[in-house]
Amino acid sequence: MAHGPAKGLSRWLFTTNHKDIGSLYLWFSFAMFLLGGVFALVIRAELFEPGLQIVEPEFFNQMTTMHGLVMVFGAVMPAFVGLANWMVPMMIGAPDMALPRMNNWSFWILPFAFAMLASTLFMEGGAPNFGWTFYAPLSTTYAPPSVTFFIFAVHIMGASSIMGSINIIATILNMRAPGMTLMKMPLFVWTWLITAYLLIAVMPVLAGVVTMMLMDIHFNTSFFDAAGGGDPVLFQHVFWFFGHPEVYIMILPAFGVVSAIIPTFARKPLFGYASMVYATASIAFLSFIVWAHHMFTVGMPLAGELFFMYATMLIAVPTGVKVFNWVTTMFRGSLSFETPMLFSVAFVILFTIGGFSGLMLAIAPADFQYHDTYFVVAHFHYVLVPGAIFSITAAVYYWLPKWCGNMYNETLGKTHFWLAFVGLNLTFFPMHFVGLAGMPRRIPDYSLQFADFNMIASCGAFLFGAAQILFLFNVISTIRGKHKATDKVWENPEGLEWTLPSPAPYHTFSVPPQVK
Amino acid sequence: MKSRQPTNSTTLLSLKLVGVVVGMFAFAMWAMPPLYNAFCDLTGLNGKTGGRYQAVEVEVDTSRTVKVQFVATNNESMPWEFRPTVTSVKVHPGEATSVTYFAHNNTGKDMVAQAIPSLVPSNAVNYFHKTECFCFNQQPLPAGASAELPLRFIVDQDLPRQVNTITLSYTLFDVTKQNIELSQGAVN
Repeated sequence: MAHGPAKGLSRWLFTTNHKDIGSLYLWFSFAMFLLGGVFALVIRAELFEPGLQIVEPEFFNQMTTMHGLVMVFGAVMPAFVGLANWMVPMMIGAPDMALPRMNNWSFWILPFAFAMLASTLFMEGGAPNFGWTFYAPLSTTYAPPSVTFFIFAVHIMGASSIMGSINIIATILNMRAPGMTLMKMPLFVWTWLITAYLLIAVMPVLAGVVTMMLMDIHFNTSFFDAAGGGDPVLFQHVFWFFGHPEVYIMILPAFGVVSAIIPTFARKPLFGYASMVYATASIAFLSFIVWAHHMFTVGMPLAGELFFMYATMLIAVPTGVKVFNWVTTMFRGSLSFETPMLFSVAFVILFTIGGFSGLMLAIAPADFQYHDTYFVVAHFHYVLVPGAIFSITAAVYYWLPKWCGNMYNETLGKTHFWLAFVGLNLTFFPMHFVGLAGMPRRIPDYSLQFADFNMIASCGAFLFGAAQILFLFNVISTIRGKHKATDKVWENPEGLEWTLPSPAPYHTFSVPPQVK
Repeated sequence: MKSRQPTNSTTLLSLKLVGVVVGMFAFAMWAMPPLYNAFCDLTGLNGKTGGRYQAVEVEVDTSRTVKVQFVATNNESMPWEFRPTVTSVKVHPGEATSVTYFAHNNTGKDMVAQAIPSLVPSNAVNYFHKTECFCFNQQPLPAGASAELPLRFIVDQDLPRQVNTITLSYTLFDVTKQNIELSQGAVN
């Protein structure tokens, strides 16, 4: 056992192995996904009927805030970092991550950050209640005392993301196998490289904005306080300068995942590899110059509204390139619909719907109608749930046999997919209608005319939640299962990870492979 | 492991990336707020009028008349009575005009207030000069006291021609808590 994993708990506490740390990230993110899901179900249970039934409005606000924070920073981002930890070294022929000790640290500070964040629920004054966007002065002058814990939790999450990103960039740039040129890298590696650059550029801005809040709250500065010469609108500019690249941080690795899965099940190479790379880089660049489309209603001059409107619409071009490339990859392919492919096809279709509602929101004059309504909620859940969550799920089904050496049960996988697919659309599609009809977001009660659609949405949410329990069951029963997977797992998948045995040994590519 | 690049290149790369992180943090903390303020000063976008203006001898442009309206708002939890003594005046560009706001501390405790201006339309912001304004300083008022707060302004002759009405709004903030020492000094 000279090279095997250590025994017991210390294996996980002190591990520097990229596969162990990848698994830790993935399990942690799934736990956070369930926690954030419980918060979401509290919201949907309250909104099942008009009127106040289950929770107080103050607690409802804490639920919307905590749901957003936990899902964004606890579920989606760590899941993608976990996938990167598992897959990037195996895809580029590296023995491990470039900075393995820092890798351990960047994971192990996360549980503390979220323990701190979750503990605010039990504090006097309650958890943060100002929405996940924590606009000042709601998050400064009017914030509950627990806001300081929220600020430190965000600092720790940011430090974790930054360390993870530095590690990923160093691994990709310095540890590729001989012959693995940049333009031969799998798209998942490419999208993660660009995502990691986005992360190191904007996570410090998030740290900056919460630090300014901290100063305003405790040290009498006036960054966002009008009485002292500050400006609350400044908060929104700094926040969205982080926030918009952040939404691409949550979707670019998803593009990489489906770009790996669709060719396997279409039995054709990916169409337009180079254009995929350039499209990803273009999206990343554009993400820095569109932030104010979240703030069309703050009173910008016409020139500003026009600039941010057109710049935002420009993003549809590289995104469209990607969607057409996926469709063209499938076109005339020999398609089969195993679970990862089902999730990936659903990703392409539903993410496109979310993209189109994004274009509607980008139209500045129309946005005044949509702003802060359920239409916005429908839009970003359509890009994040079938976008980020479905792609992570697809990735787990696609690579799980490689990770644990066992094949999952296809029937259960497909059942999970259809429950999730129906649940998701039942939940979020009606939100478009109530949003257009004027139902504001982040409210615990609503007018009677929205009742039917809200009831449908709540039913869908519980169905979607139940589907995730089935997912947990699938993963555990696969890990403990007896049905061995082959080394290639799928018919003819592309990539270095499939040249390894299943399950992937604890140490892989100690001798770098030759890439032709 | 011979085929790998030396580890110091990883160290160097990591240090560069840390440099980016530090740089972006510094950019957010120390560059973004001043840049935002400079941008707003330049364009007048957030309606903040400038500081004290040194009046220069100019000819009054009697051919134009501009209406200046005054608005007063109390920020939440500010109990003072606060209003302009006249709600609007008609002025000629170049002409210095004095008006006052009335403030009354109707509470039982000494308080300090700060008025924050906001002016629309934003393209008039840089053509509205104040030679004297109560908003330049914090305004202490003992319990139950009243004050006429002075404002003296000049509308610039270069005011864009399409602007006929300027609305100046003051929001009064309670800054007693932040400035207990200052308020004691000023009242004495």
